[in-house]
Amino acid sequence: MRIESVLVLPLAALFAAFFVAPLFVLIVLSLHGDLAMRTWTFANYVHFFTDSFNYSILWDTLLLGVKATLLCLVFAYPVAWVCARSGARLQRAIVFLVILPILTSVVVRTFSWIVILGRQGIINQIALGLGLVHEPLRLLYTEIGVVIVLAQVQMPLMVLPILTVLSKIDPNLADASRVLGAGEWRTLWRVTIPLSLPGVIAGCILTYTACITAFVTQTLIGGARLIYMPLHIYQQAIGANNWPFAAAIAVVFMVAVLVVVAVLGALGRSAESHVQA
Amino acid sequence: MSRPSAPIDWEAASMRLLFGALTVLAMVFLVAPTAIVLLTSFTSSASLKFPPSGLSLRWYYALVDADQMQRAAWNSLVIALWTTLICVLLGTAASLAVSRSRSKWLRACDLLFMSPLLLPALAFGFAALVYINKLGFSPNIAFLVLGHVVVCVPFILRTTAAALSQLDPALLDASYSLGGGWWMTFRRITLPLIAPGLGAGAFLAFMASFDNVPVSLFLADERTEVLPIHLWQQIDTNLDVRTAAASGLIVVFTLALMLIAERMAGLTRQLR
Repeated sequence: MRIESVLVLPLAALFAAFFVAPLFVLIVLSLHGDLAMRTWTFANYVHFFTDSFNYSILWDTLLLGVKATLLCLVFAYPVAWVCARSGARLQRAIVFLVILPILTSVVVRTFSWIVILGRQGIINQIALGLGLVHEPLRLLYTEIGVVIVLAQVQMPLMVLPILTVLSKIDPNLADASRVLGAGEWRTLWRVTIPLSLPGVIAGCILTYTACITAFVTQTLIGGARLIYMPLHIYQQAIGANNWPFAAAIAVVFMVAVLVVVAVLGALGRSAESHVQA
Repeated sequence: MSRPSAPIDWEAASMRLLFGALTVLAMVFLVAPTAIVLLTSFTSSASLKFPPSGLSLRWYYALVDADQMQRAAWNSLVIALWTTLICVLLGTAASLAVSRSRSKWLRACDLLFMSPLLLPALAFGFAALVYINKLGFSPNIAFLVLGHVVVCVPFILRTTAAALSQLDPALLDASYSLGGGWWMTFRRITLPLIAPGLGAGAFLAFMASFDNVPVSLFLADERTEVLPIHLWQQIDTNLDVRTAAASGLIVVFTLALMLIAERMAGLTRQLR
C-alpha cells in the first residue's frame, strides 16, 4: 500500500455519490410505473420492446454510428498515415488542424454545417451552378447529412489513436516487407494495417460512442423528424414528462452502447495479441 | 528512400497519390466549416448566405445588446472555470494514485473514472436530474458543476497519466534518499515534470465544460442558462446572424486558447 493510494479517495467519493448513485437510481426508476416508485414493474421495458417505433429508433441510432464511423475511418486512416510519415513541423500542423474542430464548440461546428448544407448553402450553389442538379438537394434534415457532419465533427477521435499506433510501428518492418519484394499496397495491407489494428479499434470505439450520443448534431442537422435515442430520452423526460419510461430508454441505450464497446474491445484485444504473437 | 536510377514505382506512386489526395480532402473537410462560419459572421446582410454579399461588423456590434447571450456566456465561463479547478485538483490526486499501481481496486477506479467518456452523457445528465430530485433538491449551479466534473475529469486523467508514465521513478527515489519528503518531492519533482500534461488536460476539460450540452440540458435551472444551450435554441428556432457572430467569437477564442496551449503545454504533443 503506497501513500499515494489514498489520493484516489476524493474523486472516488465524488464518482460514488454523483455518478454511480445516479445511474443506480435511474435503473431503479426504470423498473417502476411512476416517479413515487411504489410498485416494481417491467412495464417500461415491455413497452419499449413491443412498440416498433421505439426499437426502430434504437436500431437507427446504432446504425447511424456504424455509418458515421466507417466514413470517418476512410478519411482518418490516410491522414494518420501521412502524418506519421511527415516531419516534426508538418506533423504538428496536421495534428493542430485535426483537433481544431473537436475543440471548437459543437454548436458552432454544427451551425457552420447548416450554412453549408442548407437549400441556399454552398453545396447546393455549386451543384446548381455547375448544372449537376436542377433543384436544390435536400441535405439538411436527412440521415446522409447527419452522417457527413458526424464524420467531420468526430474525426479527431479516430485520427489520434491511429496516429499513436502508426508512429510506434518499427519502420524496419515495412522496409523488410519491401526488400522481400512486396509492393507498397501489399505492405500496407499485410504489414501496416494489421499492426495498426489496435489503434483503429480504439479510434472506432471513441468515434462510435461519440457519434451515437451527439445530441446537438443529431437534432440540429437531423431536425425534428429524424429521432435518435438521445432526443428520444430528452423528449420523454422533458417533453412528455414521463420519467420512468425515459429512464428505461436511457438504460436500454447505455446497455446497447456497453455491448458495442465490449465487442469492439474484445476485437481490439485479439488484434493486439495477434500483433504480439 | 528515392533511388534516382530506378524506374518509377507505379505502385508506390499510386498509393502516395491516393493517400495524399484523401488527406488533402480530409483536411479541407475538417477546416472548411470553421473557416466558413468565421467568414459568414462578417456578412453585411441579414441572411446566412455564403459567400457573404458584403462585409461588415454589424452583427458583432449587435452582440453588445444581446443581454441574454452575454449572461449565458458569463454563466458558461464561471461554470467552466469551477469545473476545471475541481477537475485539476481531484484528477491530479487520483492519477497519482492510479498510475503505475497494480492494485485491482485502483485499476477498477481508473476504469470507472474513464467510463463517462464512453457512456451517453445525456443519459447521465438525466440520471443526475432524477437523483437530485429524489434527494429532494432541485437543479442548481453546484450540481451543474459536479455533473460537468464527472464528464470532464477523464480528459485530465488521460493526459496526466500519460505524463506520469514518462516520469523516471529514479528521480523520485533520488529525492527521497536525499531526505525530501513526499510533499516536497511532489512539488519540486513530480509537479514540474507533469505540468505540460496537466495543462493540456486542464485546457481540454475547460473546453469540454464550456461546450457541454447533454448534462447542462438537465441540470441547469432557468437562471443559469449556459451559452451552448442558448445558441442551440437560437439555431433551432430562428436562425439569426447574431448567432454567426457569436460563433465567430467562439472560433477566435478557441484558436487563441489553442495557440496558447500549444506554446505553453505542447498541446499537439500531449494528445498523441
